[in-house]
Amino acid sequence: MTPSPPLRARAEEQAALLPPLLARAEHLAGNMLLGEHGRRRSGMGDDFWQYRPLQPGDTRRMIDWRRSARGDTQYVREREWQIAQSVMLWVDQAASMRYASNKDLPEKADRARLLALAVAILLVRGGERVGLTGTLLPPRRGNNQVLRLAELFSHDDAADYGVPEARAMIPQARAVFLSDFMGDIDAVREVLTKAADRGVRGILLQILDPSEEAFPFQGRTIFESVGGTVSHETLKAGELRDRYLKRLERRKAALADLCAVTGWQFHTHHTSDSAQVALLWLWQALNRGTA
Amino acid sequence: MGGLAQIGFAAPWLLWALVVLPVLWLLLRAVPPAPLRRRFPGVVLLLGLKDDDSVTDKTPWWLILLRMLAAAAVIVGLAGPMLNPDTDEQARSSPLLLLLDGGWAGARDRDARIELADRLLADADRDGRTAALLILTDPQPPVFQPAGDLRQQLAGVQPVPWAPRETTVAKALDALRRIEGGFDTVWMSDGLDFAGHDQLVADLAQRGRVQVFEDGRGAVALLPPTYEDGQIVLTATRSRADSGLSLDLRAHGRDPAGAERVLATLPLRIEAGATSGEARLSLPAELRARVNRFDIAGQRSAGAVAISDDSLRRREVALITGRDDREGLELLSPLHYLQQALEPSADLLHGALTDILPANPDVIVLADVAGLPAAEEQALRDWVEAGGLLLRFAGPQLAASDLSRREEHPLMPVRLRSGGRTVGGAMSWGEPKTLAPFAESSPFYGLQIPEDVTVSSQVMAQPDPSLADRVIAELSDGTPLVTAKPLGQGRVVLFHVSANAEWSTLPLSGLFVRMLDRLAVSSVTGQPEVGDLAGSVWQPLRVLDGFGRLQDAGNLAGVAGEDLVAAPLGPDLRPGLYEGETRRLARNVMRPDSMLIAANWPASVSVAGLERPEQVPLAGYLLALAVLILLADVIAALALSGRLSLRSRPAALGLVLGLASLFPYQARAEDDDFALNATSELVLAYVITGNRKVDDVSRAGLIGLSDTLFFRTSVEPALPVGVDLERDELAFFPLLYWPITEDQPIPSVEAYDRLNRYLRTGGMILFDTRDADIAGFGAASPNGRKLRQLAEPLAIPPLESLPGDHVLTRTFYLLQDFPGRFAGRDVWVEAAPPGAEKIEGMPFRNLNDGVTPVVIGGNDWAAAWATDDQGNSLYPVGRGFSGERQRELAYRFGVNLVMHVLTGNYKSDQVHVPALLDRLGQ
Repeated sequence: MTPSPPLRARAEEQAALLPPLLARAEHLAGNMLLGEHGRRRSGMGDDFWQYRPLQPGDTRRMIDWRRSARGDTQYVREREWQIAQSVMLWVDQAASMRYASNKDLPEKADRARLLALAVAILLVRGGERVGLTGTLLPPRRGNNQVLRLAELFSHDDAADYGVPEARAMIPQARAVFLSDFMGDIDAVREVLTKAADRGVRGILLQILDPSEEAFPFQGRTIFESVGGTVSHETLKAGELRDRYLKRLERRKAALADLCAVTGWQFHTHHTSDSAQVALLWLWQALNRGTA
Repeated sequence: MGGLAQIGFAAPWLLWALVVLPVLWLLLRAVPPAPLRRRFPGVVLLLGLKDDDSVTDKTPWWLILLRMLAAAAVIVGLAGPMLNPDTDEQARSSPLLLLLDGGWAGARDRDARIELADRLLADADRDGRTAALLILTDPQPPVFQPAGDLRQQLAGVQPVPWAPRETTVAKALDALRRIEGGFDTVWMSDGLDFAGHDQLVADLAQRGRVQVFEDGRGAVALLPPTYEDGQIVLTATRSRADSGLSLDLRAHGRDPAGAERVLATLPLRIEAGATSGEARLSLPAELRARVNRFDIAGQRSAGAVAISDDSLRRREVALITGRDDREGLELLSPLHYLQQALEPSADLLHGALTDILPANPDVIVLADVAGLPAAEEQALRDWVEAGGLLLRFAGPQLAASDLSRREEHPLMPVRLRSGGRTVGGAMSWGEPKTLAPFAESSPFYGLQIPEDVTVSSQVMAQPDPSLADRVIAELSDGTPLVTAKPLGQGRVVLFHVSANAEWSTLPLSGLFVRMLDRLAVSSVTGQPEVGDLAGSVWQPLRVLDGFGRLQDAGNLAGVAGEDLVAAPLGPDLRPGLYEGETRRLARNVMRPDSMLIAANWPASVSVAGLERPEQVPLAGYLLALAVLILLADVIAALALSGRLSLRSRPAALGLVLGLASLFPYQARAEDDDFALNATSELVLAYVITGNRKVDDVSRAGLIGLSDTLFFRTSVEPALPVGVDLERDELAFFPLLYWPITEDQPIPSVEAYDRLNRYLRTGGMILFDTRDADIAGFGAASPNGRKLRQLAEPLAIPPLESLPGDHVLTRTFYLLQDFPGRFAGRDVWVEAAPPGAEKIEGMPFRNLNDGVTPVVIGGNDWAAAWATDDQGNSLYPVGRGFSGERQRELAYRFGVNLVMHVLTGNYKSDQVHVPALLDRLGQ
């Protein structure tokens, strides 16, 4: 029994996290594609980009049977979008996201990563370039990018509340921010203004735990942030409920206003709801943006 | 008897700690409940929010009160509170005299009394006092010794079955006067007054403090039973006439098997304010004769026992006369005076001797009977030798006969001279003779002879060497009047006069009755007088001890008759059952006129009950209370700080309440559902064996059969159901399929009741041993043996192997084989009546019986019928096409069976169709 686990073991542990996240994200994305692929649109010959041989990771639904039937190799038909989009993701990795009020519920961070990765997969399949905001992982296309994203998503941030990353934003790109937006709202305002300046439009998806919406607390309580930097003591937690909810409402309203001004879209998702619903909204919101 | 006065403390100074409680109040009040730390990302939204009011940061007053209570309970608990503490009087140093009554009245509480005395002696021992013991029923000069030594003697003190007597009390007084110096007295009284009681109290009070302990309930005793108007009268009396008292009286005796047991019980009520109550018990003579004592249930003392003696026994006396009844001359009947004398005290039998002897009466009276037929005479002789008393009276017929003339007749005590004699009559010399005083050896000794008894005629005894021994009464001239001789275990007694008033005035006098009494002809009623018993000696048979237990008398000395009646009880005369020459007499503790008088104590004497309340330490209860309060406090504190999950509680509560309230209704609803399901459609049923596999096969088989019936016939059954024999009603099902497994439980008696009712009312059970009947029906296979066990309590008629013309062979299909998965040979059904004949020209016998209640086979039909949901067969039958044929036949058997159950002997009746058609002229 060594005092600290060897590096290799920790690496394995970290690596072991990836496949489940990836697999779940793929699964989520697969369900999504099912709905989109049912419609074949004719007369879109100019959208055609290329046939490429089937690669591991492609589902059989993606095979172009007409092309493949001509030979032994199976091909996937890729389409070129009119304007190749770059989508930048920002997932709040801060401590406040690592919270679940109930052991049956996923942590907010978990849900955020899952959604982000699923969107990334969908976008990569659609031929878009996906990356992170900031300089860490610029948008690229290809399946490898998904793996890299998955890897980066598994790193936790030590900060108590996340601040959106707004550096190195590509003009005219799209952005998806997933966070609980409990932190400083001025930072968000600043980032969105900056993005709007560059012509970047995007989505704010606020992910909240049900308890954050309900505030089911009673009695003398010291509330602490997950990171432990902020605390507040009350003698009757139940008394605070209405005022807390009012503040939360105001916070949401502020975010929505911000989005309306900058041309972004805002949505609140609860971890108690199905991830599919959030993904559907995300995907449609992204499509709305392109159309 | 105040509540608080009886609480004392082991460490009262600890109670001062209660003063600190107000301080605790202040302390507790200042400290609010500990906060709960909770992670919550939304805390940033809370920053800056202030609490509304500041009161809640103090602990609520009721919580403080709760905690104060807990603290108070702990303090008081540690102070060692006790209920009924031993706050005994200050230690005294003077000697202690322990005075016991020692009579029967104390027997009931003897243990409590001794225990209390023991405790008092132990206390005295601790104080270093000396003590002495004085028992009033058996006074020995008291010797003061260390109290501890006296404690050992205490265990040997037993109550005696009598009360303190004048003599013993005088002896005790004497012994007390001889003690020098003062002493304190502890008097364990029986609660009854006795002669010299007041004197004793006064004497003792002069010497020191007197403390009396007595049972507050007072003594209860049972008076000797008396016999009145065919009922036994039992009277209970008591010393204190306070509230009403209900007692249970018990009559003990031997049952016919000879075992001692309670023969009868009856309640007795002593009303409030009365000292005695009466109960009447009516028992058949036979049972009454066996009663040997009465007692009061729950009163363990000699006074509560009343021994019954012969006075309750009614003797059976048979009266037989030789003379024909002369109508209208009743006063001349030889039996008239006997009847008058005996009727109040005996049961009289009339009739022919041959009829009476088997009834085995105690006494047979032959009034003026001379000769008897030889057979009767022999029977009578046997009866006497077995212990009977034969009482003969002379009379004209006897005097005229030759009976016992030449030699002594076995049934006559003496030889008689012919003719007899008459004195004092109109044609004779001399005066009528009077009776001579009875000799000391005579059973009549001591009886007063009235002067007006005269004898004018008598039969004369032949002088004989043995005559003198046999005379028990004689006339003044020395001629015998009554003679007797033993015969075997019995006696023959002859009155030399007639039983009516023709020959003497003896039957008219009271002496006649008393003589009969002495001869034990009549049963004694009431207590005998002193005079009646003068001169007799009575031997104790069984005596009572102080607790009212009957004990063998052993070799106790006999008691003179007059003492038995009159003397006070004592060591020489113990209560019990005494045996005299002809009868048994009981001496009870209580006399018919006894009264129980409660002891009267002067005001200077302190009187206490026997029960000293147990010292109960209360510390445990209080500390437990404190723990409980603290537990409540924990819950309250949790609830206050929001740590108690409020959401789950109503749910759990609701669940519990819901479950509790649902259960009974659910069961009833289930029953109804079962009945509705079974009756709204025709349903085939199988017995649930408990073997899951077999049950599944049964179900699948009956589904297959139901489907077949549905497709092929107008019988359209619903899904089959499994039947639990222990629970379900069977009446709904026409056919019950019962597969036999080795390990199925034998149904209960109630289940068999239901099964038999089912069979009687036209149900049918198809028993299937499922073993291909390998060893012949029921013989040796395990399932066959189990079938026998299972079917044994069933009302199954005689069976036969299914005959070729049984109606089962043609109720729907024409069949001769009844295969299932196996094609076994025999299927057994109810046997045809033996007289069934084949009618000329008909293919079948005329079998118009009902439906066979059972069909027994071993072909595993259910497996052949079994289908899954899609209708595919579940189990293979045979091989290839022939196998399918066998399955088809199995289905046909099933169809025939159900048709048979539903249509009965309809197909059998069709035998008659040609005959009917013929008669109709077709």
